[in-house]
Amino acid sequence: MAVVFEKTRGLTDVQTHYCPGCTHGIVHRLVAESLEELGVLDDTIGVAPVGCSVLAYKYFNCDMHEAAHGRAPAVATGIKRVHPDKFVFTYQGDGDLASIGTAEIVHAAHRGEKISTIFINNAIYGMTGGQMAPTTLVGQKATTAPYGRDEAHAGRPIRMAEMLATIHGAKFVERVAVNTPANVRKAKKAIKRCFETQINGEGFGIVEVLSTCPTNWGYTPEEALKWLEENMIPYYPLGNFRTPEEVE
Amino acid sequence: MAKVLMKGNEAIGAAAIEAGCKYFFGYPITPQSELPEYMAREMPKINGVFLQAESEIAAINMVYGAAGAGARVMTSSSSPGISLKQEGISYIAGAELPCLIVNIMRGGPGLGSIQPSQTDYFQATRGGGNGDYRLVVLAPANVQELVDLIIEGFDIADQYRNPVMILGDGMIGQMMEPVEFKKPKKRELPEKDWATTGTKGKRKPNIINSLYLAAEELEEHNKRLQEKYKAIKENEVKVESYNIEDADIVVAAYGTTSRIAKTAISQLEKEGYKVGLIRPISLWPFPYEEFNKISDKCKGVLTIEMNTGQMVDDVKIAVNGRFPVYFYGRTGGMVPTPNEIAEKVKESMEVKSNGCSI
Ligand SMILES: Cc1ncc(C[n+]2csc(CCOP(=O)(O)OP(=O)(O)O)c2C)c(N)n1
Ligand code: SF4
Ligand SMILES: [Mg+2]
Repeated sequence: MAVVFEKTRGLTDVQTHYCPGCTHGIVHRLVAESLEELGVLDDTIGVAPVGCSVLAYKYFNCDMHEAAHGRAPAVATGIKRVHPDKFVFTYQGDGDLASIGTAEIVHAAHRGEKISTIFINNAIYGMTGGQMAPTTLVGQKATTAPYGRDEAHAGRPIRMAEMLATIHGAKFVERVAVNTPANVRKAKKAIKRCFETQINGEGFGIVEVLSTCPTNWGYTPEEALKWLEENMIPYYPLGNFRTPEEVE
Repeated sequence: MAKVLMKGNEAIGAAAIEAGCKYFFGYPITPQSELPEYMAREMPKINGVFLQAESEIAAINMVYGAAGAGARVMTSSSSPGISLKQEGISYIAGAELPCLIVNIMRGGPGLGSIQPSQTDYFQATRGGGNGDYRLVVLAPANVQELVDLIIEGFDIADQYRNPVMILGDGMIGQMMEPVEFKKPKKRELPEKDWATTGTKGKRKPNIINSLYLAAEELEEHNKRLQEKYKAIKENEVKVESYNIEDADIVVAAYGTTSRIAKTAISQLEKEGYKVGLIRPISLWPFPYEEFNKISDKCKGVLTIEMNTGQMVDDVKIAVNGRFPVYFYGRTGGMVPTPNEIAEKVKESMEVKSNGCSI
């Protein structure tokens, strides 16, 4: 019988703990498939964050290192400097990367560290129960912004892809979403191109993935996808901000 | 090998390279900046990596990554920077990774001063980070011992898969002394088959981690850590002592303070006093048992530190009520003089019974 579909070897058989409809799972699969298709899976070391994807080290079928909250890019730097011939990636949420770990991500990019980062922007702190993230939209409610994010009080949500694209060492920067099949396909393409940036020795790469958190947003999975499209994409435009070819 | 004259901070770098350390991640801070500067010069020559991180937090997390990847790796800093490293140190201890951390202490709290001090004894020996963990803490008193402990420290770290801290003060970092690089005693070092090196499709993934969500599992993990710490306590105590079986009073001091105490003791001996010395070299594990060797006729133990009294707690545990325990300390970068110490020794001997023990 012809095999028409097989689960990627990039994921283990461990059942994930993600909530129904959470898009973390989709992104895991895209990352795992990309590692396998690019032929680097067996030479990969992944760095897991602190956040809902804290257990990512159980799901990716490669060597994994669990970092402290926000420090994944520094941990990845240590690994990559020891094993420059290995493929090293970090997988981080928006609290992890855009709040507590801003220094680490900015300076990994700034050094042109040859690592790749998958950045899950779900506009919320998922794991700790729905607190405000730096990426939470103005007016969006969170448990620590019960009246909705007030710009005068908490500022506007931070656009990490745009900010990182201003850094010379960041050679691949793209924002994607995983709310429709078409966008999922684009996300996969971006992830592969980002990974190739490392494989080709070109420098730091990051893909920001607009993602859903139905549980803490208080929506059904379907409503959450719609909310992402109607609210997140207008503020966080999709597209490529940097490819290696553009950086002289 | 012939002796070479080296400054403490640079000797640390030379000893680390001698021990096969090829990775250094750090951030500048006085009074240890000569060490990262030395590494920046020397590491490229041996195909090693010196990387100036964006902060001490990043530096220790780079060490965490590199240690997980199987490398001999180190970082160094001074007190305020070591405070920032505590998060990473706790993770490294939890994930049971070997590495070497150097703290060339300066006065505190806060920004404190850049002068020598021994103010981080509690932080080093009790664990400044969260959780029930221990570092092996080694406190050299001269540059040769500094070199020896750096070289042996890497082996201890590898043997037990545990971070090792070298605790020095600003004086030892700046001191110039002749040193010789000697091979440490031979140890059986385990294979690093747990390291993240890529599976090559030949083995199950290796995972570096300190998270145990199930209470039973974390308790098991903590019990295993305690077993390891017990073995370290049994095997790795280092102490120098002098005349304690026959002393009327014993001085306890470590690091450069112990050198000043030694000068005071020889002065006192000339005056006819019988003064012993216990110099802990490993601050953790602490040489508690050494204090049992002090003769019953001893009138007390005087602890001298460049802080307001930290090791004195361990001395009291060790003495366990057998003698009064006295303390004398200078802080803020003030260094006790031999005369001051000699005076304190005499004062302590005059105190009747438990009178003014602290
Ligand atoms: C030093 C530290 N501070 C705070 C926390 C608690 N904490 C765990 S996850 C998290 C936020 C995670 O949010 P995010 O990175 O957006 O990931 P998500 O769960 O949304 O995927 C926080 C604050 C921690 N573990 N460590
Ligand atoms: S809390 Fe949100 S981000 Fe976390 S698993 Fe559930 S849906 Fe996903
Ligand atoms: Mg989030």
